Amino acid sequence: MRKVRSTVAEALEGILGDGMTIMSGGFGLCGIPEALIEGIERSGARDLTVISNNAGVDGIGLGRLLATRQIRKMISSYVGENKLFAEQYLSGELELEFNPQGTLAERIRAGGAGIPAFYTKTGVGTLIAEGKEVRGFGDDDYVMETGLVADVSLVHAWKGDAEGNLVYRMTARNFNPMMASAGRITIAEVEHLVPTGAIDPDHVHTPGIFVDRIVHVPDPTKHIEQRTLRPAESV
Amino acid sequence: MAWTREQMAARAAQELRDGYYVNLGIGIPTLVANYIPAGMDVRLQSENGMLGMGPFPYAGEEDADLINAGKQTITTLPESSFFSSADSFGMIRGGHIDLSILGAMQVAENGDLANWMIPGKMVKGMGGAMDLVAGVKRVVVVMEHEARGQAKLLKQCTLPLTGQRVADLVITDLGVFTLARRGEANMVLIELAEGVTLEEVYAKTEATFTVALEEKVQS
Repeated sequence: MRKVRSTVAEALEGILGDGMTIMSGGFGLCGIPEALIEGIERSGARDLTVISNNAGVDGIGLGRLLATRQIRKMISSYVGENKLFAEQYLSGELELEFNPQGTLAERIRAGGAGIPAFYTKTGVGTLIAEGKEVRGFGDDDYVMETGLVADVSLVHAWKGDAEGNLVYRMTARNFNPMMASAGRITIAEVEHLVPTGAIDPDHVHTPGIFVDRIVHVPDPTKHIEQRTLRPAESV
Repeated sequence: MAWTREQMAARAAQELRDGYYVNLGIGIPTLVANYIPAGMDVRLQSENGMLGMGPFPYAGEEDADLINAGKQTITTLPESSFFSSADSFGMIRGGHIDLSILGAMQVAENGDLANWMIPGKMVKGMGGAMDLVAGVKRVVVVMEHEARGQAKLLKQCTLPLTGQRVADLVITDLGVFTLARRGEANMVLIELAEGVTLEEVYAKTEATFTVALEEKVQS
């Protein structure tokens, strides 16, 4: 069970191909597997379907794979921060499937948990429900949504061990735990690779069974999209 | 004089109750956090995975791993907790959040709400809006009464819906309306902004509404 790989290139070796579906964790630029995304960029894999809540910003995260035109389709809930995305979408180069954010999160959770479909109130009576089964339970209507899995899931964690146990930090957790469970192969980049046993079993967020490969990416550059401050208090 | 953005946020804050778990949308709803009455205990939820959202950080204390759903830097409070997006929307969809305050492009007299898409324009996506309006117990909309001279309170929404019959209350710069989520459409004007006449509201509203102005409660 050798999960630790010493470089991003090794972590991605032998598993990428054109036309694959890739899940990429993060919310905005928070908790994105940035080093692994750059590894995908260098691999040259094309025609990718990428499942990610957002699409990065120009030059950062998935924005880099848009710039190289490696992405054919995005499944996301919000892509407002990316000019290149708008251009490629409007020119028809890029396909886009919008999911309500909670529906997207649950589709991924369901996929990882072996649940092929579920019913939700979200989106009933909207464009999202078109072409989908709608069924009444009690007094309300619910729309059927299907589970999602990926060929490869890329996640970012704060801490990990050789077993693949992961701990996320603050709001950088977001989509990472569900995506870790929904990848046929899941690769985790971790800021701190700690000895097995150093993480209290009670504090593990993602158990190692969901993680196939792990790579140490120390001191990553983290990006802030909206640096919003409180004025210093005047005494 | 119509209400300002700040006055609309202050009016929306009157919908808060002690012990509520609340999700605030982007824009005017974010300002509601500044008007939480002193001594009232509410917990702010951020749908990217946090309960007990604290204020913006002081310079030098910002942390890229700690943001709200608007991607703004924020801080923790002693009562804060973090969780995944699936757990977060489990709270929302499961009816555990008491109140959602959000903006809208259009609201119909039956409570239909549209706030995510203008056909023909670049669509950014619905984010968590559809989940919030479908799952949160009470949905309060805060919006300008008109957009470029066009009524936003309509008989029927013309834009693609975010949710069907989901709005409980609408606060605009001209006044406050209640709506019915079940049965017959029943939109009622219950408050007028100071200095706004009923004639002005009629002139700027396409939706059918009745009027039952409540005694002004000074808070």
